[in-house]
Amino acid sequence: MQWYWLPEFMPRFIEGLWVTVQLLGLSIFFGMLLAIPLGLVQVTGPRPLSWLARGFCTVIRGTPLLIQLWLIYYGLGSLFPSVPWIRESALWPVLREAFPYAVLAFSISVAGYEGEIMRGAFRGVPKGELEAARALGMSPFKVLHRVWLPRALQNVFPTLTGEFILTLKAVPLASTITIFDVYGVGAIVRQETYRIYEPLLFVGLIYLLLTLALVLVFRYFENKIPKRA
Amino acid sequence: MENALELLAFSPPGWGGALLRGLVTTIQIALGAYFLGLFLGLCGALGKLYGGPILRGVLEFYTTLFRAVPELVLILLLYYAGSDLLNIALESMGFERYDMSALTAGIYVIGFVQGAYSTEVLRAAIGAVPSGQMEAARAIGMSSFQAHRRVLIPAMLPFALPGLGNLWLITTKDTALLAVVGLSELLLVTRQAAGSTKAFFTLYLAAGALYLMLTLISLAVFALIERRYRRGQPVQG
Repeated sequence: MQWYWLPEFMPRFIEGLWVTVQLLGLSIFFGMLLAIPLGLVQVTGPRPLSWLARGFCTVIRGTPLLIQLWLIYYGLGSLFPSVPWIRESALWPVLREAFPYAVLAFSISVAGYEGEIMRGAFRGVPKGELEAARALGMSPFKVLHRVWLPRALQNVFPTLTGEFILTLKAVPLASTITIFDVYGVGAIVRQETYRIYEPLLFVGLIYLLLTLALVLVFRYFENKIPKRA
Repeated sequence: MENALELLAFSPPGWGGALLRGLVTTIQIALGAYFLGLFLGLCGALGKLYGGPILRGVLEFYTTLFRAVPELVLILLLYYAGSDLLNIALESMGFERYDMSALTAGIYVIGFVQGAYSTEVLRAAIGAVPSGQMEAARAIGMSSFQAHRRVLIPAMLPFALPGLGNLWLITTKDTALLAVVGLSELLLVTRQAAGSTKAFFTLYLAAGALYLMLTLISLAVFALIERRYRRGQPVQG
């Protein structure tokens, strides 16, 4: 075991860590934003919408994330440059990077998995609570905002924590589309120093700590949920 | 559309045949890894339940580590380190070097990762079997092995099957990660095809459809298995 490369590459690992955290945060944010309506329409939505949402979840959950990522990056990435108005738009410098494609792919994946979980969560809220809210004169939107959604999220909080850890562990896949997250930096070390195991073990250690941190953060929020004694 | 059909034709220059061969490799790896994982999981679960403090500690370390580190990192580590360590061990004992085929290495790598998850699923399922059932089995004179084979394992299967079904789906999708170490399963074949024809959308969508088919068929099969093993369970209202 030789660790002489560690001080030299430390700044890049810290940059990589930031990329990993950003990717994770953005994917969870946009993913959940999509997952909530996906779960909701499967419970109350009109038939066609509910079928569409269910189909979306099945397709996303039934195909490997790596294939989704490559489809979006190589597929869209090869399509966009051939469309003139996209090339001339102000967004083009952003779309030339790999990062937005990774966020898009991960968000869609999170939406698919968590949409399924939110379906169960919305269904699991006792009917009486919703009826009580409506009886108090809340509008349907207010019922969702004040009662249905908070109660649903509370019930599946531990499940969601587990799911987000899975998302964290999917982030290294982004390194296959030229993004330098923690794992990507580890791969650079491997190429430049010809050490195979040490960088991988180091990346593993960072992930262990990240998982721990994520668990602690979510446990903090979980403890804020009022429990019936 | 015409173009896409030509691209996916079974004989070269079409890529359909290559994709299907990739799918067969994927299924082979997934099956091998899944059953290796199940075997490790059963040993691990029993070890966690009956083992001494040292064995329990080792197993706890295995399941925690393997579930916390990303699969991609584990696959790279095991893929390179695994065959390396095996050869060092073989040479130190005076045997010939053994060049593991990529397929075997892939099965071992994914199998070890799945073993950690299976351990937890099976341990939870065994814990859900009322202890009276095992006591009754021992009381009528079954040996410990008989009681496990005849009572514990059939009784815990209904609890374990949903988790095991999920694990199978995860295994089939994890095999895609082996594309990164250069094992020509479905995804790597697709990537090569897409690279040489520039038809990214068509080929990736076709591969995605194949994975989806595998998932949907698996779901149906697991529903059948689950129905069979739930025969002895009280009907849930």
